[in-house]
Amino acid sequence: MMSSEFFTTWFLPGIWVTVQVTVYAAALGAAVAFGIGLARASQYWIVRFLAGVYFEVFRGTSALVLMFWMFFALPLFGWQLAPMWAGVSALGLTYGAYGSEVVRGSLAAVSPAQKEAGIALNFTRWQRLRLIELPQAWPEMVPPFNNLLIELMKGTALVSVITVADMTFAGNLLRLGTNETTPVYTLLLVLYFVFAFLITRGMRVLERKAKAGIGQQPEKRGGITAKLSARAGSAQAGTQSSGGI
Amino acid sequence: MNWDWQVVDDFMPRFWDGVLVTLQALAIGTLISFALGLVWALAQRSPLVWVRWPVVAVTEFIRNTPLLVQLFFLFYVVPNFGPSMSPLTTGIVGLGLHYSTYTAEVYRAGIEGVPAGQWEAATALSLSKSRTWRSVILPQAIRRVVPPLGNYVVAMLKDSPMIATIGAFDMLGEAQAFSNETFTTEALTIVGVAFIVIAYPASLLIRALERRLVR
Repeated sequence: MMSSEFFTTWFLPGIWVTVQVTVYAAALGAAVAFGIGLARASQYWIVRFLAGVYFEVFRGTSALVLMFWMFFALPLFGWQLAPMWAGVSALGLTYGAYGSEVVRGSLAAVSPAQKEAGIALNFTRWQRLRLIELPQAWPEMVPPFNNLLIELMKGTALVSVITVADMTFAGNLLRLGTNETTPVYTLLLVLYFVFAFLITRGMRVLERKAKAGIGQQPEKRGGITAKLSARAGSAQAGTQSSGGI
Repeated sequence: MNWDWQVVDDFMPRFWDGVLVTLQALAIGTLISFALGLVWALAQRSPLVWVRWPVVAVTEFIRNTPLLVQLFFLFYVVPNFGPSMSPLTTGIVGLGLHYSTYTAEVYRAGIEGVPAGQWEAATALSLSKSRTWRSVILPQAIRRVVPPLGNYVVAMLKDSPMIATIGAFDMLGEAQAFSNETFTTEALTIVGVAFIVIAYPASLLIRALERRLVR
């Protein structure tokens, strides 16, 4: 049976490692998702092409194989990563690729008239993106990001294979030491399920907030519109002072 | 880096063994997930609460827990209660069971995506229940489910190396064993590239199918 000593030395730290890997990989994944997603919506074909290559390559490979490659093969090219970071990089780069599709798709779903309005107001590309396109695309992104985050959280179990002491690793240790596999793996499954449940709950709050930001509160809309017109004014002033169109 | 073609040459026979195991796992896993997913989807539509509720609970649980831990569960826990299976069989059952919960969602969405007017039209023409499914609902639902089902086959391909962790010698299992024996990296690189080589055309094919079917 699971001794209390084992629980405190391996299982609890393992749960914490799983949380850490999930958070770091999600942060890396989000950065990659927005970076590659925006690059795939770029106006320059070469940027679009390179981002497309990234997407296809990382969507095409298996996260586990990538993790193995980063842990075992990369050192022989002269670059040694700690197991945890090999795992985080493999997960972040893979799920970032999936996320870039979400970012690209939801940006593409913003009505063209909105983008044209930004052009008519003489906004720069960056202003259109930040003030018009991203705020409208954001509510569309939250539900698929929730699914990806749960897939990512489940994917963190893979890091146990490259010797990161997460909760799955702790479970495997106990299996090697005793024959009490039933309580261990049952507990593991329940823990992962609880994590997934908590993530879904957290994302639901985010979803409500994202939806509330658009369309539902007229006074807030007024705020955004006021900000937009202020920006438009300064943008025009900027171009006039520089003398160009 | 120093790439040694001799190592590649030595690895190739075992690589093909691994490919065979991977494809076998993928093929049977796909069949299981497609069939079992349909069972889940139909059970979730059942009017009986005691059928619907447990099925929803079980599929939600399987979908929200890692395949890797499920494989460990099947391999190390299930033999305590019932049959013990070979690593490959366990891997195939695990893949099929895990992905059946995803395909169930696909079927559900496909069936619910058929406009309500189609059901009403079938009622108005007083078609029998089986005739309604056969001639009205299923032909329309199939067009919607083919592309997402294809995507899950590709996803399953990419998850298939996990069966190496319970000792099934798929592509990754062979590469891992070979790398450990020879202290080389070529095998792992080849397997990584092999996954892209298989997965990329497969996803192109699915996209083409999607364009043809969903118009």
